[in-house]
Amino acid sequence: MRSTPLPTRPALAVLAVLALPLLAACTESTDTAGDGAAGGDARTVAVTSSEDACELSATEAPSGTLRFDVSNAGSQVTEFYLLDAEGLAIKGEVENVGPQATRQLVLNLPAGDYTTACKPGMTGEGIRAAFTVTDSGEEVEVSADEQALVEQALTSYATYVRDQSDQLLERTREFVDLYEAGDDDAARELYPLARVHWERIETVADSFGDLDPKMDLREADLEPGQEWTGWHRIEKDLWPARAEDYTPLTDTEREEFAQDLLANTEKLDARIQELDFTVDQIANGSRGLLEEVATGKVTGEEEYWSRTDLYDFQANVDGARVGFEGVAPILETKDPALATELDDRFAELEALLDQHRVGEDGFVSYDELSPAEVKELANAVNALSEPLSRLTAAVLA
Amino acid sequence: MAMGLSRRGLLGGITAGLAGGGLAAGGYAVGHESPAGSVGSAGQVAASYPFRGVHQAGITTPAQDRLHFAAFDVITEDRAALVDLLRRWTEAAERMTQGLDAGPIGAVGGATNLPPDDTGEAIGLPPGGLTVTIGFGPGLFRDAEGRDRFGLADRRPEVLRELPHFPGDTLDPARSGGDLCVQACAQDPQVAVHAIRNLARIGFGTVAVRWSQLGFGRTSTTSTAQETPRNLFGFKDGTANVKAEETAALDEHVWVGPGESPGDWLAGGSYLVARRINMTIEVWDRQPLGDQEDFIGRTKGTGAPLSGGEEHTAPDLDMPGSNGTTVIAQDAHVRVVHPDLHGGARMLRRGYNFVDGTDALGGLDAGLFFLAYVRDPDTHFIPIQSAMARHDALMEYLKVTGSGLFAVPPGAGDDGFVGQSLFA
Repeated sequence: MRSTPLPTRPALAVLAVLALPLLAACTESTDTAGDGAAGGDARTVAVTSSEDACELSATEAPSGTLRFDVSNAGSQVTEFYLLDAEGLAIKGEVENVGPQATRQLVLNLPAGDYTTACKPGMTGEGIRAAFTVTDSGEEVEVSADEQALVEQALTSYATYVRDQSDQLLERTREFVDLYEAGDDDAARELYPLARVHWERIETVADSFGDLDPKMDLREADLEPGQEWTGWHRIEKDLWPARAEDYTPLTDTEREEFAQDLLANTEKLDARIQELDFTVDQIANGSRGLLEEVATGKVTGEEEYWSRTDLYDFQANVDGARVGFEGVAPILETKDPALATELDDRFAELEALLDQHRVGEDGFVSYDELSPAEVKELANAVNALSEPLSRLTAAVLA
Repeated sequence: MAMGLSRRGLLGGITAGLAGGGLAAGGYAVGHESPAGSVGSAGQVAASYPFRGVHQAGITTPAQDRLHFAAFDVITEDRAALVDLLRRWTEAAERMTQGLDAGPIGAVGGATNLPPDDTGEAIGLPPGGLTVTIGFGPGLFRDAEGRDRFGLADRRPEVLRELPHFPGDTLDPARSGGDLCVQACAQDPQVAVHAIRNLARIGFGTVAVRWSQLGFGRTSTTSTAQETPRNLFGFKDGTANVKAEETAALDEHVWVGPGESPGDWLAGGSYLVARRINMTIEVWDRQPLGDQEDFIGRTKGTGAPLSGGEEHTAPDLDMPGSNGTTVIAQDAHVRVVHPDLHGGARMLRRGYNFVDGTDALGGLDAGLFFLAYVRDPDTHFIPIQSAMARHDALMEYLKVTGSGLFAVPPGAGDDGFVGQSLFA
């Protein structure tokens, strides 16, 4: 899956908006078909940005949800902004509109005076013009409430991620001690439990491209000549049963791999403590964790040696659910049906997983699942993943 | 050449219809007179292609719609038997590419107390633009145990060896490798399958099928006149392919030159890289459109690069985007595999979509059966695949499950057989 937390994807164009007082939420998407731009709908405004002009199909529109179809007729990348009357505060923007591309900006705007700006070449203050939103009588949610919900979601998600990272570090320390001391039974018992904290925040941990391959790489993903380190290297040493002609690591090697994992976990934890999140990162992270389940856990590929995939499965679902629940109060105001559907689907998947529990926080080995049981889990993952893929857009709408 | 019963002959008027300029049902132009490896009229797939020629057909031939690809293990140690097989394959392939039965007697022309020398499922079908392209894997020169079974070890070009392990490879040995390969392409799947089936039958005792792959919906154009098709991600694929019309580029990137193989047996041939690339279709389908386009670096609708223009406009990899980025992302597929980043290396891609039903979890067992012809895999494939495995955003949605590398000898001369130069 795509790790989303810290990237430079165009989807992040909306972040700047969310960081501002949430006067108007907006979404932005690519519209390659170019449909609708010429439509006669008063709530749809076609914007054509060229080298030296910024043409709008209308200079006024009724209050409520407005859509700007921004087409780039120039030869360099452009941006479109909707600002306040003074042209200072950004109400919404679309960035990275390539030549001949069309992207959408959807905004919920109350009546008032505004400024539009196209910024071909992305420099200067852009080509500006006045824009008026007339009173349609429609009530426009400009909620201090929503802003509060967003802030609450951001704070609680950041707290969750930091807390999981702290627990990961603590558990990794314990694990490393046991492994280095040669207490393999205890190390095997702790291995999946420590990794739960990694898997709950996997999309965040994955986003550090320098650390992730050192900590979580599977043997199949190695390049020729690349050194294999991290959790799965130690996993193989603790569960060599499926390996051919395996030579156990020496005490010195154990110490090297263990200390390397610990040092990287410390680095990761330090970085995570500094992270802030945005609403779309949380929602995308939730989707991303389910993709991790679909591609690695339900197939039994993640924990090839230990067969402890179901621990990771549950942990990914835990993290996805926390992300979903964090933004659920916002979703309730935008798309309550989707909120209910996701709630139900999470519950169904978790009920299935519960059938495979052993003791309080354990799971059966992946090998004990029958093909029918694996299929049933995969069905539930699909059932949840499909509506979950609409979460980000719905929350930002 | 001995002419048997023509499959088309059974159809009576159809032959005349062909001569009239076009086959209504197939919709492709006639190109009976085209030399091997050349393009049919207007670059469209012709009704039939000669089997013999300077190069083997099925490389620069306008990509047909259907594929059956088979890899074989040679199960004899008898060099003469191997040579004999190549002769018989050459004869049968030549016949089938002309729309004839695989053997001189035919599907229904022989004794009733003997099995026919053609399996019969192509009775009444036109040649369908069939091409049959034969290649040699590293195992022919030295097998897995290091044995030189056919006295060919010193003729192995250095670059003909097992491909290295690439990150993301989860190769199934039962879908990888092979001492010989046969690529059969046609407009009609039944014609392509008929070709492989009959060649496999001819080979029993000398070779055994190791694995085979069906493909539909060509994912590349090999002629400028062909419209770029779509892969199962829904994107146009192979826009920047080397095309049949680019003669100089073919010499530079596709055909093995003199002095590049021991005794020059491979001059005029090429290397074929075959990769079975599974797509995690269901996960891909849940990606937002904007993300999908960013992963590829092109728009989904027209296939134009995100830096603007039309499908065939060169992508501007350096065009600045918002927030100090480039409008074509650093990990976009179009950038990572772009010839500019690989010393100008280009491939002639000839891949096909495949769907082999569903997997155990109910997901499509589907993807791209990647076929690429290159002059040298060390410069034209391995570095590009390595870069892709390391940096390409698409890798999140791909899993390579099969792989093979083959040397494809030049075409057979008038009385010769495919691969003759190797055994000379």
